[in-house]
Amino acid sequence: MEWKRYRALLLPPIPNLRDISVYEAHGGYEALRRVLTDPAWSPERLIEEVKASGLRGRGGAGFATGLKWSFMPPPDGRPRYLCVNGDESEPGTFKDRQILEYNPHLLIEGALLAAYAIRASAIYVYIRGEYADWIDRFEEALEQARARGYVGARICDTDFGVAFYVHKGAGAYICGEESALMESIEGKRAYPRQKPPFPAQRGLWGRPTTINNVETLANVPLIVRHGAQWYSRIGAPKHPGPILYGISGHVNRPGVYELPSGMPIETLIYEIAGGVRGGKRLKAVIPGGSSTPPLRADQIAGITMDAESLRAAGSMMGTAGMVVLDEDTDMVRVLLRIAEFYHHESCGQCTPCREGTGWLVKILRRIAQGEGKPSDLDLLLQICDQMEGRTICALADAAAWPVRHTVQRFREEFEARCRPSLVAVPETIPS
Amino acid sequence: MEPEYAFTAEELARIAEIRRRYPTARAALMPVLWMAQEKFGWLSREVIELVAQTLSLNPAEVYGVATFYTMYHTQACGRYVLDLCTCLSCQVLGAEDLLRHLEERLGVRDGQTTPDGLFTVRHTECLGACGSGPVLMINNRRYVHRLSQERLDQLIEELRQGRMPEFASIPLPERPWEQEASSDS
Repeated sequence: MEWKRYRALLLPPIPNLRDISVYEAHGGYEALRRVLTDPAWSPERLIEEVKASGLRGRGGAGFATGLKWSFMPPPDGRPRYLCVNGDESEPGTFKDRQILEYNPHLLIEGALLAAYAIRASAIYVYIRGEYADWIDRFEEALEQARARGYVGARICDTDFGVAFYVHKGAGAYICGEESALMESIEGKRAYPRQKPPFPAQRGLWGRPTTINNVETLANVPLIVRHGAQWYSRIGAPKHPGPILYGISGHVNRPGVYELPSGMPIETLIYEIAGGVRGGKRLKAVIPGGSSTPPLRADQIAGITMDAESLRAAGSMMGTAGMVVLDEDTDMVRVLLRIAEFYHHESCGQCTPCREGTGWLVKILRRIAQGEGKPSDLDLLLQICDQMEGRTICALADAAAWPVRHTVQRFREEFEARCRPSLVAVPETIPS
Repeated sequence: MEPEYAFTAEELARIAEIRRRYPTARAALMPVLWMAQEKFGWLSREVIELVAQTLSLNPAEVYGVATFYTMYHTQACGRYVLDLCTCLSCQVLGAEDLLRHLEERLGVRDGQTTPDGLFTVRHTECLGACGSGPVLMINNRRYVHRLSQERLDQLIEELRQGRMPEFASIPLPERPWEQEASSDS
């Protein structure tokens, strides 16, 4: 199998790679130096190269990265920004933390390349507050980069310069939404903004801004180093490149595995993550974080981890944070906990989301406690209808999708919980 | 006499340095709230007012931000705040049972602080360490991975003795197939 010969590039097994000397010894910052010093590498050429590579965002939505960069308007001499989204908070997703710890300079180099491409004057890396120990590690790496002249004015003795800051979050999932993230950097409650205007038109402090996920930017130096053609041949044709698969739940070897995109789900579970714990049978797979619709065990045959294949199977790639559930899993309790997460994390700005997530929790809790009514299942789906596509951001969708698809795909399990108990207490005690 | 709630000259210099990172003073609010919480333990009304005054903001705006984010404490809490993740991946690995164990062990309910003021127990939303769950975070910082009842009991004892666990890396998982592939070639 081809994947067995794949050598990790984002998280290569090189000891102390977070030390800048080790990173440089393995070709680190060469891509940046080449782009900044070779006149052939204009910002436009870099954007074209990233477009040609086919790189798609790794934060969940999977939007084409080069295309996103090209939305930035021409420079007008005023500030413009790059935001790095390291807010990673969706249950099942834990990949960016590994880049911050094991290969921070790859992210720094990728962010600098992106800043050059979009002509940003400052980079803000938004990292979730819970990662305090990892923020410290990332800041150590950033200091090293600053000391070597990769950050600040006249980088690599060229006219290009950029400021580079870390902004620490304080615990709110909604900050992973790009416009909420910008509000949070501006020192406000993280309420998502109406779009349009999109961040490229009106972003941070009203100025043009591009937001990319940590893993997305970590791919950029690889594209420059090896070329767009080389990159686009890795993995699935329409969703190419290395992917950090975060595998958790009931598997023998959970963790973050770097492999080409388009890996078969069955291979990820049985060959890579060592199979289901305790030799149990598989019940369900949530392929890309808690918002992605779960697949039943009988739905995963032949399905690969890329946007096209997962869409055909009725799910999504999301963040490739795969949660594996064994045959003993209580899907009602799992769905209740997912619904509680979205209810807690709804910013409360839009009524369908604020109220809808609360109603989902209330009904699912009733079902989990054995007090559900058969009509509750249709009621859940009706509430999902009232939430999807009716709010400023996609959090309401992210809350509704797992409810809709879990209820539909595991309906018998939910119905069984809604039936009156067969062991009802008799009215009179038989003699 | 020094006022009870004030930033030192050194801290004010640090705040001025933070302000220079952003085009508006308002944007320094989250980092300054972090500073204030680390200094005073939690964001009481007086601390909120101090932060507001320092950044020339309305205290209500500052309070609005402080209450939006779960990691800012707008109520007094114990010396050790234990945030146990009970979200999806941790849940299916038994985190809800661990939460009950912690509650029984410390004699408090979710969200409460022990009478000696040592521990606050909270269930929390995803901590982003799903591959090494169940996981717990101490004082908004230190993660403890792969929890079990025994490890929790041990942790409580360590904290009672004032010993904070060290930062622990979760190593990247082994890739046994790589040896297999290289022996093929």
